[in-house]
Amino acid sequence: MSEKVLMKGNEALGEAAIQAGCRHFFGYPITPQTELSAYLSKKMPKVGGTFLQAESEIAAINMVLGAAGSGVRAMTSSSSPGISLKSEGVSYIAGSDVPAVIINVQRGGPGLGSIQPSQADYWQATKALGHGDFQLLVFAPSTVQEMADFVALAFDTAEKYRMPAMILSDGMLGQMMEPVVFPDATEVHEGDKSWAASGHKNQRKHNIVNSLYIEAKDLEEKVKERYERYEIVKANEQRSESYLTEDADIIIVAFGASSRVSRSAVNAARAKGIKAGLFRPITLWPYPVDALEKTVGTAKKYLVVEMNMGQMVEDVKLAVNGRKPVEFFGRTGGIIPTPAEVLAQIEALV
Amino acid sequence: MIEKLKDFIVVTGHYGCGKTNFTINLALDFVKAGRKVTVVDMDLINPYFRTSDFKGILEEKGVEVITPVFGATNLDIPSLPASMYGIFEKKDVVIIDVGGDDAGSMVLGRFKPQFDKVDYDMLYVINRFRSMSTDLDEAVEVLGEIEAVSGLKPRYLVNNSHMMAETNQAIYEEGKQFAGMISEKTGLPVLCHTIDREFYDTGIVVPDVNDNIYPLEIYVKTVWQKNKIVRI
Repeated sequence: MSEKVLMKGNEALGEAAIQAGCRHFFGYPITPQTELSAYLSKKMPKVGGTFLQAESEIAAINMVLGAAGSGVRAMTSSSSPGISLKSEGVSYIAGSDVPAVIINVQRGGPGLGSIQPSQADYWQATKALGHGDFQLLVFAPSTVQEMADFVALAFDTAEKYRMPAMILSDGMLGQMMEPVVFPDATEVHEGDKSWAASGHKNQRKHNIVNSLYIEAKDLEEKVKERYERYEIVKANEQRSESYLTEDADIIIVAFGASSRVSRSAVNAARAKGIKAGLFRPITLWPYPVDALEKTVGTAKKYLVVEMNMGQMVEDVKLAVNGRKPVEFFGRTGGIIPTPAEVLAQIEALV
Repeated sequence: MIEKLKDFIVVTGHYGCGKTNFTINLALDFVKAGRKVTVVDMDLINPYFRTSDFKGILEEKGVEVITPVFGATNLDIPSLPASMYGIFEKKDVVIIDVGGDDAGSMVLGRFKPQFDKVDYDMLYVINRFRSMSTDLDEAVEVLGEIEAVSGLKPRYLVNNSHMMAETNQAIYEEGKQFAGMISEKTGLPVLCHTIDREFYDTGIVVPDVNDNIYPLEIYVKTVWQKNKIVRI
């Protein structure tokens, strides 16, 4: 399907999974993510894949661990409360060094919260999606086209470093419709799978996919090795977009849907003669500190705009390291800030 | 265009084909023609981008809006209010905006006995560029599924083919051709070809003089688009 079509973000994620060679999807319905599962339930059987609606989110993530442990591309998707349920399984996936893709179409929280769009799982995704010492790759799309593009990227990167990857979307990106085009053939960079428990056929020593270590020193050694890998990820995989930041006095830092609002606000500010710009992290882990660093010399102030209570502010402050003021504006509970609101914040900072 | 339609209109189509935006335009045009309009949001399957979100705009113009219980709130519980049964007693214009696909149209089935007693026009909205209804077979299949679950008979096609901001003359022509093919296959006449009024007014899309066109205001859009074009 190389022609341009209109898709909802959730559908684009589903199609992109198929294009990326994923043939194993395990999920459980939840608003506002359900179109993704619905799309794959229709399409997976047509490409010889497995779509399985599990009995729970917990079951689904453990099926991902099992499938991905055998070396195939496996994916699950959910929305905020469902992602919380998956956190144990995500930790096991990380602890087993298994690559897999998890999609979170965020809604308002905490608790059952709301079904409206939110970015309040930033901390969960970047700092604590499960127990133990580990990280996961976090990609934050801001268009339906990026929803499509980042799935293969997430699989490729996850396999390259043998770690779980998350696409952190939200209810607005998932539900809204935009033109999207898929390449004739998605380029897939499949990682080495010699570790996979895919059957030794008496040809090699059997592989073990496991997160349990009997000896404390073995676990420490393993975790330390993993953290050395994370340093390589931090060095190589940071992604971001800078929009009108070169001469900007005020730089908004925003990702996902709030970056779309912020871009409109930046344009409106520029029309009023205010030098505003937008720095958009695309990877939330690793955080794109190197590109943000390049703006610190020229920017006068930073304004973090999020659909939460300011969870990303500390990452921006760590990068800016006290050299420039970092302010925050956000809406939460399922409310999307308007460009007019963000523009008012920019004007207040001038 | 509205003069062709009966007073009881059911708007169906593939998920995301533009039913809600079309419904709002239709309702406001009936209002302009001096009619008393009731819009019924019968979408029980998706809590986003739905008629209930535009209750304010519609009510301001005197349109009565009937929504599912908890419509446009954080409870996506598919329950219908008792007032929905009252729509079959209305004297003037009733427009029902139904959810997408057969899943969304299933709710119509429970009102089959009531529909049998009213003279209705069921519309099938199509968009050549909407994923999963981009070819003739898919579009006809979705229509067949909607007919099967609703028990209702479609009367007209509404060609709502567009590519949002990327719509151009070629997109328009391709959509028109697509509508012609579906019309031929299903025997349903095309009620109208829609065009975003901005594209029509600025000449980005220039229809043939014989095309039965229906310029649309775009109400269903994202927060950041809303800031750019304020036309409400």
